[in-house]
Amino acid sequence: MYLLILQFSDKFFYSSTACTVLSRTLMHPTHADNYENVSIIFILHWWCFSGICYTIFDLGFRFDVAWFLTETSPFMWANLGIGLAISLSVVGAAWGIYITGSSIIGGGVKAPRIKTKNLVSIIFCEAVAIYGIIMAIVISNMAENFSGTTPETIGARNYQAGYSMFGAGLTVGFSNLFCGICVGIVGSGAALADAQNGSLFVKILIVEIFGSAIGLFGVIVAILQTSKVKMGD
Amino acid sequence: LGSFYGFNVDHGYLEGLVRGLKAGILTRSDYHNLAQCDTLEDMKLHLQSTDYGSLLTAGNEDLTVSLLDNRLKGTILTEFRCLRAHSLPPLSTFLDYITYSYMIDNVVLLITGALKHRDVEELLPRCHPLGTFDQMAAVGIARTHAELYSAILVDTPLAPFFQDAVSEANLDEMGAEIMRNKLYKAYLEAFYAFCWERGGATRDIMCPILEFEADRRSFIITVNSFGTDLSGGDRRALYPSCGRLYPEGLQLLARAEDHEQVKAVAEYYPDYKLIFSDTEDGSSRTLEDRFFEQEVHLNTLAFLDQFHLGVFYSYIKLKEQEARNIVWIAECVTQRQKSKIDNYIPIF
Repeated sequence: MYLLILQFSDKFFYSSTACTVLSRTLMHPTHADNYENVSIIFILHWWCFSGICYTIFDLGFRFDVAWFLTETSPFMWANLGIGLAISLSVVGAAWGIYITGSSIIGGGVKAPRIKTKNLVSIIFCEAVAIYGIIMAIVISNMAENFSGTTPETIGARNYQAGYSMFGAGLTVGFSNLFCGICVGIVGSGAALADAQNGSLFVKILIVEIFGSAIGLFGVIVAILQTSKVKMGD
Repeated sequence: LGSFYGFNVDHGYLEGLVRGLKAGILTRSDYHNLAQCDTLEDMKLHLQSTDYGSLLTAGNEDLTVSLLDNRLKGTILTEFRCLRAHSLPPLSTFLDYITYSYMIDNVVLLITGALKHRDVEELLPRCHPLGTFDQMAAVGIARTHAELYSAILVDTPLAPFFQDAVSEANLDEMGAEIMRNKLYKAYLEAFYAFCWERGGATRDIMCPILEFEADRRSFIITVNSFGTDLSGGDRRALYPSCGRLYPEGLQLLARAEDHEQVKAVAEYYPDYKLIFSDTEDGSSRTLEDRFFEQEVHLNTLAFLDQFHLGVFYSYIKLKEQEARNIVWIAECVTQRQKSKIDNYIPIF
């Protein structure tokens, strides 16, 4: 009987999470707010309910983090890392490029001289995507085949490799995401300021250079994270 | 994602365009040069070196002040239409809100003209071009407020502003003015709510501008009602409630009976105290001029921030002020009244 309740609660948990995510992404913001609040309250209630049920029915062992970490393949973590590295970097670069690009086009109507100089801002944003692809290639070259199937035969080194690659992907992905947005917003300001007063561009470019440095930091840390990775038998 | 992360998706190009257009607004040195002119021909020459370019040289009509006025209004109209055509929501709604104030003025113009038995064909060219709507020609036919609303205005964007203004009384001059003020009150409050909802920089820039507009209307209604049979209670229904004077200042204003009492109300608010105080150098700035100055000051602040809708509103208002300035200078030049020529309001 209580197993039924718990199976029920798991399904509701996942479905209400899916509800919130879908409502946020697909619906118009004002309509989604109502559904989002209901879904969040729903999820929280089901989490509390599930947690209480697991505790009082002495089924806490079913919430098993160690099982999860050992039963999932290191390849999953590695490939997630590679995917996040390139995709989040590209999101950051794209975000930055469209923010800057639309301002350059708008400002260039009445001040055509800004068109060529401000492409430097676009190049800074693009560099962020290049960091992402370089790291994705570097990380993916470290993935090697291994012949173990159980946690004991796979070995600690392979698990460590998987987690390192995931972590490196997260590092470079998120730092490039925010670097891209940062450079984009500063570049937009640089374009519009340049259109009004030509001497401002070089000064604002310095701010952009500092902004693009943070993407580089992500790459450096990711390289350090994957420096000891050795997958295989 | 309407705040500054996602603003440029829909509005980045137009914001860049408007800022480029803003760079073409005449500066103090331009006004100085224009004020030195002796004839309209000289002014035409000076305007050619500004962003206006061939404004006056195109066509071969006689160079008069009214031609200048029409051409200036024509540029504002072209620029506004270009912005409106390229815009996406919420910018398109915002630009529509800007046109509603002109629509209200046009409706009242057509009604008062019809009361004086003027021909519709004569009145239509005098309407403000930014506030045109389809049913304009039919407005003169209505005889009561309710008829006006249910027959004509219910299909226009002005329909939601008619909540308070509908009455069964016949339309007369005074009724038309009261209707104008009631419509404007509803419009201003709706616009204020729209800007407030947008949040972020749009709220921070636009809401002070609209609060000032509401307070300015309240002061002007009060001052203009001295000597007419518009009582305090009637006046109170016309004051927009989205300003800083609401609620205490408006109550005091409703009870004010002369200019001194209005000035006493303004004493409570530092900005308005400055506007109502007498200047020491004895310049002949009227109250209207001082309100325009404050409006210009608030509008120039919009350009200091990025990723908000306020730049569009401010640009239109500053262009209008520039048109008023140039026409004032042109009038002084043609009538040879050089003493008053410096009464324009410099913008940048």
